[in-house]
Amino acid sequence: MTATFLGTPAFPEAAKRALQDTQLRANLAHATATIRSKRAVVVGERPDWEELRLAGEALKDQVLRHLDTYLVQLEEKVTAAGGTVHWARDAAEANRIVVDLVRATGETEVVKVKSMATQETDLNGALETAGISAWETDLAELIVQLGHDQPSHILVPAIHRNRAEIREIFLAEMGKVGEPAPPDLPAEPRALAEAARRHLRQKFLRAKVGISGANFAVAETGSLVVVESEGNGRMCLTLPETLISVVGIEKVVPTFADLEVFLQLLPRSSTGERMNPYTSIWTGVTPGDGPQAFHLVLVDNGRTTSLADPVGRQALRCIRCSACLNVCPVYERTGGHAYGSVYPGPIGAILTPQLRGIESEIDKSLPYASSLCGACFEVCPVRIDIPEVLVHLRARVVDAERGGVPSAEELAMRSAAWMFGDHRRLESAQRAAGLGGRLFRRGRIGRLPFPFSKWTDARDAPVPPAESFRAWWRRTRGTRR
Amino acid sequence: MAAYSRDPAVSAREEVLGRIRAALADVPPDDEVPIPRNHQRTAPPDVDVAHLFAERVADYRATVHRVPAGEVAATVAAALAQHGVRRVVVPADLPPEWLAASEAEVVRDDGSLSASALDALDGVVTAAAVGIAETGTIVLDGGTAQGRRALSLVPDTHLCVVRTDQVVGTVPEGVARLDPVRPLTWISGPSATSDIELQRVEGVHGPRTLVVLLVD
Ligand code: SF4
Repeated sequence: MTATFLGTPAFPEAAKRALQDTQLRANLAHATATIRSKRAVVVGERPDWEELRLAGEALKDQVLRHLDTYLVQLEEKVTAAGGTVHWARDAAEANRIVVDLVRATGETEVVKVKSMATQETDLNGALETAGISAWETDLAELIVQLGHDQPSHILVPAIHRNRAEIREIFLAEMGKVGEPAPPDLPAEPRALAEAARRHLRQKFLRAKVGISGANFAVAETGSLVVVESEGNGRMCLTLPETLISVVGIEKVVPTFADLEVFLQLLPRSSTGERMNPYTSIWTGVTPGDGPQAFHLVLVDNGRTTSLADPVGRQALRCIRCSACLNVCPVYERTGGHAYGSVYPGPIGAILTPQLRGIESEIDKSLPYASSLCGACFEVCPVRIDIPEVLVHLRARVVDAERGGVPSAEELAMRSAAWMFGDHRRLESAQRAAGLGGRLFRRGRIGRLPFPFSKWTDARDAPVPPAESFRAWWRRTRGTRR
Repeated sequence: MAAYSRDPAVSAREEVLGRIRAALADVPPDDEVPIPRNHQRTAPPDVDVAHLFAERVADYRATVHRVPAGEVAATVAAALAQHGVRRVVVPADLPPEWLAASEAEVVRDDGSLSASALDALDGVVTAAAVGIAETGTIVLDGGTAQGRRALSLVPDTHLCVVRTDQVVGTVPEGVARLDPVRPLTWISGPSATSDIELQRVEGVHGPRTLVVLLVD
């Protein structure tokens, strides 16, 4: 079963709490504004950006619509190159496979490079239960792990921590699990990064087992791709004797040449760089170079449920760049934790309810965690129409409550109470109402379900503004495209 | 979440593939998504590719030296000395003349050096397979004079020699030159992190110093 952060309240409740945390809001606002402007510069540099997006969208759609064929091809190529492919129906099965593989090596510790898939399955928890220590090696993941915390952003999971907090965590925790931080450690990014380097160095050098995810898996050749910045990925992929890569079944791309599209879309959208510092691509096992045992674990864990929904399946195109988080006004104000899942922000609002279903209160409320402003679609490198999927999922939530009208009403009231409980949120709602009205007329996203339909009523939400929310956001926040 | 059937006779592979086929029931068998490939493949004709490469690599705060072939040895020697590299590891097939002028102790990799042994060395000199100008990227593929991946990873200073005829304009041109069967490492500047308050710090786990020699 997919990990739900324990005790996570439904989105409006969690959002309300986060809104009170001024430190979190300040960190988030600074971080998202910084990445937004970096992204805008490097995206603006590419005259063919829209062509790249269209190619990326089509390539991913082609894979998803023939996923069985591409996965079988991938399996064949990985196997031919000396790797072993495992299949997992759900998180528990994926974790069991990995635990068994690690046990077979006789090792009791592994080094890990940041992977959304293993966060989703809570692999670290499963390894710990099995008596295996899993060391997270991304600086941000290390901060999260040492702080006994949850990630709050796909790309910068410790975005909610500032330098003083990180220093405290390093001083208190590093010594418990390895090389301690120097007692005179200054709260300065360079010194903190140096402490992380020293702390992890011995772990890398002695590691016998590495665990990774993958950004892409090439069906044509069986090659896997990991995109990173710090070099911890290279350490985990190169130095151990055994490498285990846990990969969602939707990560496939058709051919090696197609990487020319994704290796442009991803770094520019994600970190706002022309290229990230390191990209590793490997195919099975290479004699005399790197791990001599390679395992690929292909994970479903709800993806086929999303695939079965012709509207919702576009969420599986996601390449986890996090651009949609950085432009989302709701995310910026609430932070990642409010979404109660490893996938926060707009992508989380459409992916989590599809992967986990809409049974729980938090998952039911996620499709409402948006003002439908459309900024997420505009920045998405694979053109996922997030507002369309949100509206579609809201309809499903309402349908699921069929026969329980009071419950749907309650949902509406809760959502409305949250939106109208703060003047800024109210303004968002009013602007969204203007947009909602237009969307309604154009019919682009179809029927706006109750309770969102209330926003289209001019009596409830005053006169639509002359400027659309999207235009306002772009003007005031400096995002382009 | 949907309750999955757990028929022990059905393997996870068969079940996942079966679910995928069931999920795609709406997709006609002859379905084929047209892929628009209208993005740029080459740099505009007026771009000096070698110049752009040098500029973009330098943007990442790597050091770039553009030198004629006759000056490689002197430049390597000076760069190693400048970065305090006293013991340098090189792939077994690195041209010996590249290090002819250096006073650093040279360790030729025979494949037996452990990660800890590599960690005790100060630097590494390698060649490259491809350079990509527009992104300032160097790609190593384990081919001639590049060695295994650990060599260019563990020592703290990486000096990489790229010939101008290895430099292409764009990412599509770079991908087209690469052999996917080889282990590929794309390097765009020294290792870096922005994980603390989004402030960029060069140098985390990979080499903290990257020096590129672009040889005409
Ligand atoms: S939905 Fe699009 S913008 Fe958001 S993380 Fe995924 S690929 Fe990036």
